[in-house]
Amino acid sequence: MQIQSTVAVLPNDNIDTDQIIPARFLKTISKEGLGDQLFFDWRYNSDGSPKSDFVLNTPAAKASKVLLAGDNFGCGSSREHAPWALTQYGLQAVLSTSFADIFKQNSLKNRLLPIVMPKDAHAALFASLEKDPALQVTIDLPAQTLTWPGGPVVEFPIDLFAKDCMLQGVDEIGYVLKQDAAIAAFEAQRPISLNTLA
Amino acid sequence: MPSNKPRTIIEKVWDNHIVAQREGAPAVLFIDLHLVHEVTSPQAFSGLRERGVKVRRPDLTFATVDHSTPTTPRNLPIVDQVAAAQVAQLEKNATDFGIPYFGFQSLNQGIVHVIGPEQGLTQPGMTVVCGDSHTATHGAFGALAFGIGTSEVEMVLATQCLLQRPSKTFEVKVEGTLKPGVSAKDIILALCAKIGIGGGTGCVFEFTGSAIRSLSMEERMTVCNMSIEAGARAGLIAPDEKTYEYIKGRKFAPQGEAWDKAVEFWKTLPTDEGATYDHSVTIDADTLEPMITFGTNPGMGMAISGAVPDPASQSDPLERESLRKALQYMNLQAGQPIAGQKIDVVFIGSCTNSRMTDLRAAASVLKGRKVNPGVRVMVVPGSQEIKRQAEAEGLDKVFKEAGAEWREAGCSMCIAMNGDQLSPGQYSVSTSNRNFEGRQGKGGRTFLASPLTAAASAVTGVVTDVRSL
Ligand code: SF4
Repeated sequence: MQIQSTVAVLPNDNIDTDQIIPARFLKTISKEGLGDQLFFDWRYNSDGSPKSDFVLNTPAAKASKVLLAGDNFGCGSSREHAPWALTQYGLQAVLSTSFADIFKQNSLKNRLLPIVMPKDAHAALFASLEKDPALQVTIDLPAQTLTWPGGPVVEFPIDLFAKDCMLQGVDEIGYVLKQDAAIAAFEAQRPISLNTLA
Repeated sequence: MPSNKPRTIIEKVWDNHIVAQREGAPAVLFIDLHLVHEVTSPQAFSGLRERGVKVRRPDLTFATVDHSTPTTPRNLPIVDQVAAAQVAQLEKNATDFGIPYFGFQSLNQGIVHVIGPEQGLTQPGMTVVCGDSHTATHGAFGALAFGIGTSEVEMVLATQCLLQRPSKTFEVKVEGTLKPGVSAKDIILALCAKIGIGGGTGCVFEFTGSAIRSLSMEERMTVCNMSIEAGARAGLIAPDEKTYEYIKGRKFAPQGEAWDKAVEFWKTLPTDEGATYDHSVTIDADTLEPMITFGTNPGMGMAISGAVPDPASQSDPLERESLRKALQYMNLQAGQPIAGQKIDVVFIGSCTNSRMTDLRAAASVLKGRKVNPGVRVMVVPGSQEIKRQAEAEGLDKVFKEAGAEWREAGCSMCIAMNGDQLSPGQYSVSTSNRNFEGRQGKGGRTFLASPLTAAASAVTGVVTDVRSL
């Protein structure tokens, strides 16, 4: 899995999932139609018209598969609507110096790569993009590298199990369902008093 | 499997729940209690239907509605059709899959993290999950409790297990005695301010120390509740006599011989002498002041006697920019004292502060006083059970006589999904847990604080230190 793309830049630290998709859009019972609601309150004026100066409304960003953000991306609420909205907008990777735990898990389950960069490489990419906003980054998942013209080769960490699942299209729920015998054995030795609602 | 190495309670609960551990793969972790609510579950149930699988353990699963439900009188219908459809969907899912369910009209309905403990469902040593980041609340009982996404909700429904890697352990030691006017909420707000909103990322907190031991169970829930606001996936407190006393006799608590066995087991859970943590931090309870946030994340907090910090004093450019943006959103000036800032709304509620202790604290301030005419005050109990108890104690009268609204149970203005919300530009003092932009309504501005601070501010109409009343 290789991603080659321009980069949309959102230089804020601590972007929380309430910004990524505001709570009032969580009343849906479906996973669909969330792309237009991504960053809704940052993206649209109160009359519903798009804010022309917000990065995700620019034609360049709309064509990007990669978002570069500040530290601790995806903090706050556990809503999986956040990666659903990001991927439905067209993003395949988010670059940051760290991610909130639940967001990271949710992203990996939705083929959205949460790429953790060292601080200096992160700052270098910001600087390169300032000089050349049209520059393209290349993400190589099997090799776990992120590169761009004139930049370093950034090796990024990723949970190897999640990586395999992504590359081989393994369904994690199916994987655990297959371990039925082990689960049943565990259940059998579990104190009955823990079956609170029985 | 565990050797003789001293272990923390976090490691013990983890070890007790490993179903399978393949080389290189995350552990398959068994879940003792799965709490379900209307917002993060519909897509998971759809997934089960597509797969054609049942809920593996309906007897370990429990559902209620709280987020998108109105807090207006229960004889009124849910006017928001989208919310009504979501509530109806959970009811259908609970019926179709045979899951115990406290519906909108149930006398036991309430915020999922309030009713778990209230019903005795939450017990020490358990693994508890919910599609909700404040699941850490249940950690107050010595449970390993954490929030999960909807894909994981589907996995737990289907298998009663999760794929997990162990978190790092992080001891938060709180020693000393809280001064009058300082509460559990101030402990956790102080932790968020100290280590920042990402300070606990990748970790589970264990709260220890004399100040934590002297907290009641309800206060412990307040502390654990906001672990996620300091970045941690979970936060817990080792069980003790107070824990057992709280649980005993509750609807789903073990009875008779099972109770004795349970207590015997629970006593093995506390962290062993000599166990070590990956990280630690200490908070001095003696010097703690009432805390309040000034910015747009829970880590942007300070003592209520303080002044709004100056972005120019930040050395990191991204941090400087974040602070500048936060102050711009909040329309606050660097250097201004936070006390005295005018407010429009006070919200007393949420899974952080909507239990009897919180309502009593707020009522102790409002008794015999009047709410400032410029302020709307909403008091929203965490559950219908709490509502009845508060009414039996006459707290509803105290609130109403002071000029506050006394409403039905739910998340309400903590998340502003149900119509309870701020208007653009309004300021609130809120006992909830998140001050993100727009969290309490688009354009709304939130100051997070304790019930005492909220009630004092309701009286004066400005941010107020309760000790100055
Ligand atoms: S009260 Fe607020 S934080 Fe708690 S569960 Fe409800 S929405 Fe989430």
